[in-house]
Amino acid sequence: MKNEWPLWEVFIRGQHGLAHRHVGSLHAPDAEMAVKNARDVYTRRNEGVSIWVVRAGDITASSPGEKEPLFEPSNSKIYRHPTFYDIPDDVGRM
Amino acid sequence: MYAQMVKSTGARVKSLDEMDPEERAFQVRIDADIKVEPKDWMPEGYRKTLIRQISQHAHSEIVGQLPEGNWITRAPTLDRKAILIAKVQDEAGHGLYLYCAAETLGVSRDEMTEQLLSGKAKYSSIFNYPTLTWADIGAIGWLVDGAAIMNQVPLQRCSFGPYSRAMIRICKEESFHQRQGYDIMMKLCAGTAEQKEMAQDALNRWWWPSLMMFGPSDQDSVHSAQSMAWKIKQNSNDELRQKFVDQTVPQAEYIGLKTPDPDCKWNEARGAYDFGEIDWSEFYEVLKGNGPCNKERLEARRKAWDDGAWFRDALMAHAKKREARKMAAE
Repeated sequence: MKNEWPLWEVFIRGQHGLAHRHVGSLHAPDAEMAVKNARDVYTRRNEGVSIWVVRAGDITASSPGEKEPLFEPSNSKIYRHPTFYDIPDDVGRM
Repeated sequence: MYAQMVKSTGARVKSLDEMDPEERAFQVRIDADIKVEPKDWMPEGYRKTLIRQISQHAHSEIVGQLPEGNWITRAPTLDRKAILIAKVQDEAGHGLYLYCAAETLGVSRDEMTEQLLSGKAKYSSIFNYPTLTWADIGAIGWLVDGAAIMNQVPLQRCSFGPYSRAMIRICKEESFHQRQGYDIMMKLCAGTAEQKEMAQDALNRWWWPSLMMFGPSDQDSVHSAQSMAWKIKQNSNDELRQKFVDQTVPQAEYIGLKTPDPDCKWNEARGAYDFGEIDWSEFYEVLKGNGPCNKERLEARRKAWDDGAWFRDALMAHAKKREARKMAAE
């Protein structure tokens, strides 16, 4: 039981021109088989028009411990949102 | 259910005051319905309970292919055959989504397979019953998948992100399973007297085992209490079982079938169906490995694993060789 196939993360682009989205993972001996398996496992109901597979080991992820330094700074910058600005109704759509 | 009697820590649920700061912060996030993700800190008991539950769920999906696969070559029409193949293929897919969710907790696929094949890990008791006639395929879709949905819908809100996401995917696909099963039953009940009798016979045999799927009454179970505190489990077994009975009895009546339970009748005061005592000794026997098909099911899984070993190894060897060649060329 030692020769386990490597793990691949699967990304699918749906019908409507959106970006590829992570849908799950699977095991396969190589990239080609990973795409074939992804088709069977993750697109049985027409979910996608394109598949990406990436070896799970090749993904670098932010760690949960970094959550504050990474994401906290944007909390206070509410002026980045359009709703921060009061524009009179008379100006019309903006 | 697909995951029955999952052992948790076995300890009483701690109050927030009794927890150390790390665990308290974890529980507070759970209480606030914030999802736990694989790399987040989690109590060891939470991790272990989830690995048990998700892998048991995955094994059930995989073993669950066997009773239905039994009828693929004998489906009565080409349409029914195509539908049954699609359904069995879905079950394989569901097993794979779940294995992947469990793997994010640090257990490997091979370890889980090993645990199933050695008998250490369990799968749902329901799949240890035989599929004797075509009507059983209808009864499984209608009752077994119906019971599964009952349990899986609340699991979509499970506190562990990967499990919750797998459940969302599975639930989307599961409703087809139940409907195709009921469709088979409807057809049989609209057919000859013999066909209708076949449908009734299937209901008779699958009714009680389907109710057992929800597991024993869990009011006093420490395992359930802890799983509920962690939001791994949302409803009590009895609650879901009652819901299932209330939903299913009218569906049986609609096609002229009767549950095999003489005590099953509408209780106006409760606004629910009463039903008879479940034979729990049968349930425990099946869990212990003494059901009608336990041996056969595990043997089939072992054979598939052993017979496929050369193929898995060959593909891996081929991939490594190609990789090495590519490296050399670069």
